[in-house]
Amino acid sequence: MRSAVIIFPGSNCDRDMDVALTKYGFKNLMIWHNDATLPKCDLVVLPGGFSYGDYLRCGSIAGKSKIIKSVIDFANSGGLVLGICNGFQILTETGLLPGVLQRNKYLNFICRNIHVKINDKNNQYFKDIKKDVLEFHIAHNEGNYFCSEEELKIINNNNQIALTYCSSDGLEDNEYNPNGALKNIAGVFNKEKNVLGMMPHPERMIDKHLSGEDGSIFFENLMNNSK
Amino acid sequence: MKIKIIVTLKSGVLDPQGKAIQQTLNGMGFLDVKDVRQGKYFDIETNETDEVKAKNKVDEMCKKLLANLVIEDYKIL
Repeated sequence: MRSAVIIFPGSNCDRDMDVALTKYGFKNLMIWHNDATLPKCDLVVLPGGFSYGDYLRCGSIAGKSKIIKSVIDFANSGGLVLGICNGFQILTETGLLPGVLQRNKYLNFICRNIHVKINDKNNQYFKDIKKDVLEFHIAHNEGNYFCSEEELKIINNNNQIALTYCSSDGLEDNEYNPNGALKNIAGVFNKEKNVLGMMPHPERMIDKHLSGEDGSIFFENLMNNSK
Repeated sequence: MKIKIIVTLKSGVLDPQGKAIQQTLNGMGFLDVKDVRQGKYFDIETNETDEVKAKNKVDEMCKKLLANLVIEDYKIL
């Protein structure tokens, strides 16, 4: 299984992602945003960070960078594309994912562990994960997911809501919504479910001594399902 | 030629920054302030001399980059 992590100016979770992918068996390559083509791979990851300093809107400038056309073609041909945090913002800006990530409701930068509920396991990302609730880390200023009412109906009907913020035992209450996201949404799929965007960072949860192991579950499962 | 653009949040879309500004203004004694919506302003200088053509191009720029039509509206002045 080959993967490619795209580096934009201002990406800062690209190396963590490289470590996580490599740890669970991916042959990973780091790709500069100004390259025109992707290497042959099965998974493309847009990492977290502050691409282009979050100028204009988070992810908007990166969404027009040279490599993105290849990423869109790759996604449209069925390839797996995963966007974490700023990567999620970039994917909404390219139109590969519905909705938008707005400024957090209480205007604070949030950096802490949270729990998310897996809403759909009928896809390569979460298939065969036994747990229903995972503990990940979030660190963002713009994670407040929003879409129009019509769009919400569509993504709901297609089971495109991938992850929702919840308590450690899976209660999706407003109390567990860190940023004001619509319906506690923490991650969404495209219609075909080969593209996934999520605010939480699984790559920060791959060591039981340092953080936690739910990221390990995520990457191990992704590796096994992609073979 | 210079073209000016204003990008604003669509009505109904939550604007936490506008809300914080409104509360601050109220706190400063500007008690009449009922609501604040924050937006963006762009000044674009182009080599195009035909105003209609220039504005058409700017319209395309707004749709493709300057505004996110999921949450924002734009006005070319």
